[in-house]
Amino acid sequence: MTTSVEVKEYPSEPLRCWEQAKNLRKNYYEDYLRAHEKGGLRWAGGAWSFSGIPAGLGEDVYCITGEPYGATVAFYKDFASKCHDATEAAGFPRTLCAYMRNYWGSILLDKYILTDGTVVDGYPAPDFIWQDHICCSHGKWYQLVKWLEKKRGKEVPMYSVDVSVGYPSDFGPEEDYKVDYIVGQLSDGIDWLEKVTGRNYNDALLCEAVWNEMKATSLWAEVCALNQAVPAPLDEKTMYSLYVMGTLMKHRPECVAFYETLRNETQDRVKRGIAAVPNERFRVITDTQPPWGFLKIFREMEKYGAVSVGSLYTFGLIGMWQYQPDGTWIPRPVPPQRPRTREEALQAIVRWTMHKPEWAHFYEPELKTKMMQSIVKQWKVDAVLLHYNRGCEGLSVHIAENRFGLLQAGVPVFPFEGNMGDERDFDFAGTLARLTAFFESMGLRKLKE
Amino acid sequence: MITAGVDVGAKFAKVVIFKDGQVVARAKALVGFDVLKSAIEVFEAALKDAGLSRSDIGRVVATGMGRNAVVQKPPINAEEAVSEVVADAAGAFQAVPTVKTVIDVGAEEGRGVKVEGGKVRDFVINERCAAGAGTFVEAMARALEVNVEEMGPLSLKSANVIPMNAQCCVFAESEVVSLIHSKISKEDIAKAIHDAIAGRISSMILRVGVEKDVVLIGGCALNPGFKPPLEKELHTNIIVPEFPEYVSALGAAVIAANPAR
Repeated sequence: MTTSVEVKEYPSEPLRCWEQAKNLRKNYYEDYLRAHEKGGLRWAGGAWSFSGIPAGLGEDVYCITGEPYGATVAFYKDFASKCHDATEAAGFPRTLCAYMRNYWGSILLDKYILTDGTVVDGYPAPDFIWQDHICCSHGKWYQLVKWLEKKRGKEVPMYSVDVSVGYPSDFGPEEDYKVDYIVGQLSDGIDWLEKVTGRNYNDALLCEAVWNEMKATSLWAEVCALNQAVPAPLDEKTMYSLYVMGTLMKHRPECVAFYETLRNETQDRVKRGIAAVPNERFRVITDTQPPWGFLKIFREMEKYGAVSVGSLYTFGLIGMWQYQPDGTWIPRPVPPQRPRTREEALQAIVRWTMHKPEWAHFYEPELKTKMMQSIVKQWKVDAVLLHYNRGCEGLSVHIAENRFGLLQAGVPVFPFEGNMGDERDFDFAGTLARLTAFFESMGLRKLKE
Repeated sequence: MITAGVDVGAKFAKVVIFKDGQVVARAKALVGFDVLKSAIEVFEAALKDAGLSRSDIGRVVATGMGRNAVVQKPPINAEEAVSEVVADAAGAFQAVPTVKTVIDVGAEEGRGVKVEGGKVRDFVINERCAAGAGTFVEAMARALEVNVEEMGPLSLKSANVIPMNAQCCVFAESEVVSLIHSKISKEDIAKAIHDAIAGRISSMILRVGVEKDVVLIGGCALNPGFKPPLEKELHTNIIVPEFPEYVSALGAAVIAANPAR
């Protein structure tokens, strides 16, 4: 509705640690680019991979995680368009994972994009690939990277860990046979890393990286849990720029330090009643990656006083949680003792990672629906916006089932079609028109232009 | 209070004047390039028909894709704009109080709305292509070289099933041309076109679920060839109210009469 309505406004202020977040991300991409200048190693793999394992090769080992890189490309629509053109010209269909196509396109164009949109000539090839096979695209993604690099004259060795063990049954303890299956692969992977890099593996660095990862991912869950407050101290559009640190460097001490700073600042915002969105009066969550080129949709929502307080994706891709018997979630407590040996470290990180809520997408729709229902209740959510993300089969699988599950539980749902990484699949004006209708059907009126 | 609902659609602007729970006048005309001018002409025609002037109208609410063009713009001066979905629910409930599911097929868009007491419970809108809207029938009529008004009656003369698979309005036209070259009769092609649009709409409606009573509104509801295949696809009877193309405008007028809703 176009008539304006006056509502109470909460106090709001920018995040003090925002610049720190920007710099961390900027340095990450530049460190990977310049790793060889410093005598270091470069590796490539997914944000889901066990990134703490290659850390045992030394402190001068830098990675580029594929999905965040694909998202960065997507944000810069002109460059993304060139990547799509290059990928399609090379014979790949546009129905494949959009992150993967953005990444391949970057290699095909032989150009690398930095976080400020600067496009650098020469895509920096990795020295090795360390990946996990979380969905149908992840393993294949890097097989193609290996192939593309070979065509450019570089042989890139690749190791992929199969993680098809599922979430622990009934939110219970991790089953040993599942743990052993992954630990065995990681253990073999360490031998492989030594062989392909010619370096000796340092177990103390591994233990440190695993400990960092557990702390960082628990801290991010703490930050997300603080968003249960009304008004929400953070909005999801902002959280995208914060959770990303965990997708880039969850095993690094800088990540732990940043999330401690962020947790403390968020606690302070809650204490002082600082809102991310001053006119908050309707709380939503989303699902899966957003259409990165159209994050302005969140600003449009704010005109109705609607704030997205997060999602299973934002909370659970990096955050590690403990599901309580009463159906509530708490940030997963870090184990009382840090690992001291290689075996302890591998056991610890596998048991820890098996509780990653985002794994739920790949196994049971009911499990994911249950998790979403818990978030709705605990985070005081009024409605769910479901992104039928045509760019990610993995995270979109079962999404229509989730819609039914939420509707049956009495939760209003707004589904919209789009693509996280390919703007051609997202109709901004059409989506906005439908979102307007949805908000109106929820009794909301536009508060401001 | 006398109120008015103005529905500025993709092709037609429609106005309903509403007084004491009854429609006292309605008017419609094609929307030209100047949307506001078209809406004003229709609005003034409706006022003239009712023997009223703008000052007699207590509140005006606008809807339709061009709704924002008439908000706070004289002489219409609509106080508020509401989405088509909200207007559909209110209008269909006014026209058929037992309604639970509204199917609105206009020129450019198809919608399904689950309704409870005139309020929206859930809704779905077609995405991307006009293959599930009235424009599709118009484009196919051009390909068949018949008037659009003839398409429905023509389709009812056929009992044959000819699949039309194209999900795109433009590609469907190529498919129709292929059928013409294959010497398929106009009646059979017209039926295939209506079956296709009914298929698109029904698959969309099934996403929100079908609950009786089902009410079909919008310009396509005037097409007699559309309702039978839609009923067949959805396995239910469908009610077409009188003046189905005015139901959104009626909804806007009803909303105008209940500002504190």
